[in-house]
Amino acid sequence: MAGPGDIGLWTIPVAVLGGAVRVSTPFLFVSLGECVTERSGRINLGLEGTLVMGAMAGYGVSYLTGSPWLGVLAAGVTGAAMGALHAVICGLPRVNDIAVGIALMLFGVGLAFYLGKPLIEPSAAQLPSIDLGWWTDIPQLHAALRINALFLIGVALAPVLVWALRSTRWGLIIRTAGESADAALAMGYSVNIIRLRATMFGGFLAGIGGSFLSLYYPGSWNEGLSSGQGITAVALVIFARWNPLLCLAASILFGGAAALGPALQSVGYSHGYHLFNAAPYILTLLIMIATCSPKRTLIGAPAELSITR
Amino acid sequence: MILNNISRRRLLQGTAALGLGAAVPLNRAFAKETTVGFIYVGSRDDYGYNQAHAAGAAALKKMAGIKVVEEEKVPETEDVEKTMESMINLDGATLLFPTSFGYFNPHVLKMAVKYPKVRFEHCGGLWTPKDPKNVGSYFGYIDEAQHVSGVIAGHMSKSGKLGFVAAKPIPQVLRNINAFTMGAKLANPKIKLQVIFTGDWSMPVKEAEATNSLIDAGADVLTCHVDGPKTVVENAARRGAMVCGYHVNQSVLAPKAYLTGAEWNWEVLYPRFVKMFTSGETIPNFYRGGLKEQLVKVSPYGPMVPAAARKQADGVKAGLIAGTYVIFKGPVVDNKGKTVIASGVSRGQTDPELEKMDYLVDGVIGATS
Amino acid sequence: MKADVGAPVAPTGLGQIVRAPSYGRGIGGAGEYIVIPALALVGSLVLFGIFVALFGKNPLDLYFYMYQGAFGTWFSWQNTLIRAAPLILTALCTALPAQLGMVIIGGEGALLVGALAATSAALVMQWAPPIVVDLAMAAAGMIGGGLWIMLSGALRHYRGVNETISSLLLVYIALAILNFLVEGPMRDPASLNKPSTHSIGAANMIGNIPGTEVHWGFVFGIIAAVLSYILVYHTVFGFAARVAGGNIRAAKVVGLSVGKLVLIICFLAGAAAGLAGMFEVAAVQGRANANLAAGYGFAGILVAFLARQNPLAVIPVAILLGGIGASGGLLQRRLGLPDASVLVLQGMIFVMVLASDTLYGRWGFLKGKTS
Repeated sequence: MAGPGDIGLWTIPVAVLGGAVRVSTPFLFVSLGECVTERSGRINLGLEGTLVMGAMAGYGVSYLTGSPWLGVLAAGVTGAAMGALHAVICGLPRVNDIAVGIALMLFGVGLAFYLGKPLIEPSAAQLPSIDLGWWTDIPQLHAALRINALFLIGVALAPVLVWALRSTRWGLIIRTAGESADAALAMGYSVNIIRLRATMFGGFLAGIGGSFLSLYYPGSWNEGLSSGQGITAVALVIFARWNPLLCLAASILFGGAAALGPALQSVGYSHGYHLFNAAPYILTLLIMIATCSPKRTLIGAPAELSITR
Repeated sequence: MILNNISRRRLLQGTAALGLGAAVPLNRAFAKETTVGFIYVGSRDDYGYNQAHAAGAAALKKMAGIKVVEEEKVPETEDVEKTMESMINLDGATLLFPTSFGYFNPHVLKMAVKYPKVRFEHCGGLWTPKDPKNVGSYFGYIDEAQHVSGVIAGHMSKSGKLGFVAAKPIPQVLRNINAFTMGAKLANPKIKLQVIFTGDWSMPVKEAEATNSLIDAGADVLTCHVDGPKTVVENAARRGAMVCGYHVNQSVLAPKAYLTGAEWNWEVLYPRFVKMFTSGETIPNFYRGGLKEQLVKVSPYGPMVPAAARKQADGVKAGLIAGTYVIFKGPVVDNKGKTVIASGVSRGQTDPELEKMDYLVDGVIGATS
Repeated sequence: MKADVGAPVAPTGLGQIVRAPSYGRGIGGAGEYIVIPALALVGSLVLFGIFVALFGKNPLDLYFYMYQGAFGTWFSWQNTLIRAAPLILTALCTALPAQLGMVIIGGEGALLVGALAATSAALVMQWAPPIVVDLAMAAAGMIGGGLWIMLSGALRHYRGVNETISSLLLVYIALAILNFLVEGPMRDPASLNKPSTHSIGAANMIGNIPGTEVHWGFVFGIIAAVLSYILVYHTVFGFAARVAGGNIRAAKVVGLSVGKLVLIICFLAGAAAGLAGMFEVAAVQGRANANLAAGYGFAGILVAFLARQNPLAVIPVAILLGGIGASGGLLQRRLGLPDASVLVLQGMIFVMVLASDTLYGRWGFLKGKTS
């Protein structure tokens, strides 16, 4: 069974590594964006719709202009627009942000499918990859280490966001709006404007995350592209305690777990593959159970966040 | 089961249909036209299964006196029954093509009993004489085309390992996997094929992961059996592997990597059926065919395929078209060592035993469960 | 002194979900709750008409076909009601916990678990007469679904795990379990190309309401909705739940056993969705397979929110949404609109109705004696 290039059981960790990089990138961007949004005191469940809209817009613009990076930018702008829509509606008094999120999820997904019909057949220009595995001749490792610039941007973004939230003026304003709307008001800021900006930023990142799906991996537009990735990413934020660095860790963990199923099959272990495909969700649930507790419910949660009250 | 008050229901329906027919001015008079209805389970432009059927429907639209109505993304629930009824009652369809396998039982069968004057042609179903006579099931032996593809793949593989991304381990899929492998073995008796099951018919991220896993495990020619092969084709090409397409011709997506492919040929079959239907001829209830009957076809070979490979593949193709070549000819051993087709036994394409296939032949790395 | 359990409880702390008051208070106070959503509905239809006009279709044709497809003929009505049947039950799965201020979106998972449980019950009890089998199926479905959502509630109460996230994760896990069982241990060997469990037996199938093609699940859905309404607005239990939903600290101070409330309400919510799953098996499919995951759970979330979490309002909203879905086919065939347009419309309606939340209390003339 061992042929040239067969690395036996090492295929599994290598595949998990590759998957962790590939599959985690959309989760990374969405969760980082949502992290900022939730720190400002609003929860945006509509990111699934934003992700898909971003994927569609990015693919479309890349196809029309031939430049994948323009596509990424367009995806981000589309995401920001969706975020703005969410913020504006939630800014109206007495509107429940969880419900609006679900509504925009439906709307975003529907709109993306509707507008994306003509994009299913053509091939758009794809994002290039950076070869970090030039030092190895093992083809599998080489492939796993061929990563995309967006992943690197995302990884760099996480500590930057930690620093920004902690040490810059904007970070403080956002956190204040998230901890106590009254305090922000007392400081003279309009809570709605702060949240608008935070949600737009979150949407921008989510849109970029979506463009990764359609412009790099799996790299094409069709209607099955996202299977709940947006919503799972929101879960990851809570799971990561609103800390961007933990969002990074959680996304990578999730991505690696998602690669486990196919990796196991590729070394011949295929019994119960459905359950392995559910591994990321089971893992997330178990870790949430282990790390939450009723008394310290959601430590670090912004007090203004509606799900925590 | 609670018996329905049939006569009252029929009366209500009849009145409704009558009333509607009178009230809707936009409904064209279809006395001279035959209306054919198509129902797709997925998106019409998925570059795969549904698109193949839509291509067949498009061929019908070019025919005179034929009106085609289509509906896509109809799930395999009661929804499809309502869609069929809607097409029959509101569009006046007399010939329906519900194209997804899961529509057959119970939905198509139920509707066939209710509308005995309407003809239902189902793709992939297993019609038996117990079923209503106004239902027909047809299917193409695309495993013949996969077999020929396999020959090319076997020639082209430098690593001696092939990869197959499959949705679910059901007989029609297993048949394709086995036929492909056996074709490859004609070119290279020591070839191995690895299969990964994604779990469902359309899961782009899982398909991409599976493609990468297979290539990581050493496969350098891939094919697949999923609803939308676009993801597999593009990702394989990106990794530098070669690919054999499925359902429709995807060579446009990967011109340097596309070796050949197994395609449906519904554009030939559907006009054939419609001509039979409109001329009053009965379409056979159980219609199967392969390369010979032109229900399936092999994509043109890619420019990188050498002459020797083409010659062998053409030879096999000719044998299949002539009806002299049998793919599943004993002895065939499965990958667990069991003899599944005894020596001397020859299972022709129409052999019902093949429709129950539950094994993977020797040389395939993978399990059906 | 009898507690006035019908009194509206103002939502403050746990969740800002706006709940409708008891309709027993008289139409005067409920004026807002009818006019404003109706306005939102009309607004979204207008918006959708504009959207469609941008793509070159005639909005008037659109409205005509939507009406035709949903309510225009008896056939359309039945199509609508069939689609509405599971939605009523899965909507209750979100609406009931909402009384406690919990946002549960796991109806799809409870439906699948309920369907599996019901199928198992039927397969085990093949020897019994049909009515017994059906009752066993219903019980199994409700218990299965109930336990699934109760798990989410328990995780929330005892471990502080956010119930929205846990119920969603449980949906994906339920889907994996369904696929695993249906293709593996529970598979019917004869179901070759469409992995399914064995059939529950034709004699055990639940039929249609006489004179129609709508199965009895619709009626039971209505019964469940009415019972839920009575539970929430006309019993002490329901009042306690709403108090806890309004202000959890006050509830604890008063001595309400919040844990018990959470577990029971979640069980009932899951039981409703599980019952929907049971009807999908017993009245439609006849066996359990991947077709059960048709999105009824997610559509139910939408229904619940549009109905402002009021169990009685769930019924007309489910019918409305069923109608929109039913007209989708006609829109595809007559106007050439893609299937996604139904999603866009649903999204628009949802967004408009939620945005219209802000109009409550602004128009004094709509308020009745209750304010």
